[in-house]
Amino acid sequence: MKVEQISIFIENKSGRLAEVTGILGEAGINIRALSLADTSDFGILRLIIKDPEKALQVLREHNFTVSKTDVIGVEVPDKPGGLSSILKILDKNNVNVEYMYAFVERSGDNAVIIFRFDNIDEAISALTRNGVKILKGEQITSI
Amino acid sequence: MDHQPAIWNQHAECLPREQLLKLQLQRLQHTLHSVATHVPCYQNKFKNCGFEPENLQTLEDLGKLPFTTKEDLRLNYPYGMFAVPMRDVVRIHSSSGTTGKPTVVGYTKEDIQTWTELVARFMTAAGVTNEDIVHIAFGYGLFTGAFGLHYGSEAIGASVIPMSGGNTDKQLMIMQDYRSSALVCTPSYGLTLADRMEKQGIDPRSLALRVGLFGAEPWSEQMRAEVEQRLDIIATDNYGLSEIMGPGVAGECLCRKGMHLAEDHFIAEIIDPDTGQVLPKGDVGELVLTSLTKQAFPMVRYRTRDITRIDYETCECGRTLARMEKTRGRSDDMLIIKGVNVFPTQIEEVLLQIEGTEPHYQLFIDRINNVDSLEIQIEVNEKIFFDEMKQQRTFVVEAEKKLASVLGVSAKVKLVEPSTIVRHEGKAVRVIDRRQQ
Repeated sequence: MKVEQISIFIENKSGRLAEVTGILGEAGINIRALSLADTSDFGILRLIIKDPEKALQVLREHNFTVSKTDVIGVEVPDKPGGLSSILKILDKNNVNVEYMYAFVERSGDNAVIIFRFDNIDEAISALTRNGVKILKGEQITSI
Repeated sequence: MDHQPAIWNQHAECLPREQLLKLQLQRLQHTLHSVATHVPCYQNKFKNCGFEPENLQTLEDLGKLPFTTKEDLRLNYPYGMFAVPMRDVVRIHSSSGTTGKPTVVGYTKEDIQTWTELVARFMTAAGVTNEDIVHIAFGYGLFTGAFGLHYGSEAIGASVIPMSGGNTDKQLMIMQDYRSSALVCTPSYGLTLADRMEKQGIDPRSLALRVGLFGAEPWSEQMRAEVEQRLDIIATDNYGLSEIMGPGVAGECLCRKGMHLAEDHFIAEIIDPDTGQVLPKGDVGELVLTSLTKQAFPMVRYRTRDITRIDYETCECGRTLARMEKTRGRSDDMLIIKGVNVFPTQIEEVLLQIEGTEPHYQLFIDRINNVDSLEIQIEVNEKIFFDEMKQQRTFVVEAEKKLASVLGVSAKVKLVEPSTIVRHEGKAVRVIDRRQQ
């Protein structure tokens, strides 16, 4: 159920994002989804890719500070209120969303949203109980 | 100078050199005897080199004794270097140590009297009299600066305003309303006051201010000229360190050709900081001081780490006491930020605690609008990298808090990518000081 996401520390200066994507491109790694959280000094770039281990390795070789985090990909009905219904389930079950970001591509008729929770197992069980579809890792990276 | 101010202690400050040297020898013998009796650290040092105080025949013999370093003070923290029982100690002061623990110093009643006398000497030499209103903008506390100048002013009979540091607007209001005529602060704070006056449209010539006694941080002649012009005052320099006494170790007269060393209370040597050899008179090197009259906290050959040179010619003012030049730098890596002594090792220790591994960091010191600022850049590694922004920000805030509490001065922490910090032959350059000295 869980998907491995990689995070990269980047300084908030010009060209750093291009550097990371360039390294991954050269290594033949295709980015499936990404989000960037930033402050005035630094940013945290989060990526969903097919081969996280390989990405970690090449980025470490290029002296980047990286980490691996478990997240989940959830299918959200692509209609008004679709995301709200899912967040309500989580709220009822006292699961906090640390952050989330949307996939560009769709899965059939649905949108896909990546979630990071404070309690991932609790989140999975609550969503599954309520009939929300959680995508498997390979399903996500092959979207 | 067409008009020279009075000399506070004509006898002591103008003593013929041969008499001074005789007095130094007597007092040195007394000091060595005292530390050999009461301070275990010195007992061991003397034993290790086979020295007995009775053996000291000439002042040159002092050069055979081992040095006292900040490390000795650290190892004997807090009271191990005191030569009198605590019931005779009436005051404790302290300054930053090279690592987490500060340096603790003590004074007997007589020590405070000596201190008062020596500050009165340099304040008088700068032209301060009982007509003056002395505005002390040093922080009152463990730092010796404020108290030293306070006592000296009172001894002279001047009116003291114990203003303490900070709150620049209030400083200016009091300066205007109470008609402060002598200002005591760091030179950089002098410029901060000038900036604020300009902003508020206060004409320095409208103030009663006429003289400034600046210390606690290194400053250049260029900075002196700026302070004098912008505050419309005469600016004088003085030198001291808490391990030796605090302010009063040396101070300028109005000839301003070096700071007169209180040689009847301290012996000054100039050494090669690398070899420890005493250098010929007039050479530039590290200042080493031995106290001659201190009771509670005597120091024998204390390495100040300040680089300077000493001029032994009699000054135009008539004082025979030698004059030390403005300090030219340090023979260790101590930094003075906002008048606070900061050692990179202190920062390293805090980072080590936080990270659990040897940190890669670099310090950037700037002076923006005459205020010092410290930024600590830390290379991020996987141990201190968090995927969640909230945690990452918390890490930065917590690091800033810990550093501020240990250093006594605030610092901005900035995380940078690995290998950002320039390394020369494998050794990182730890400090980038971008202040104009």
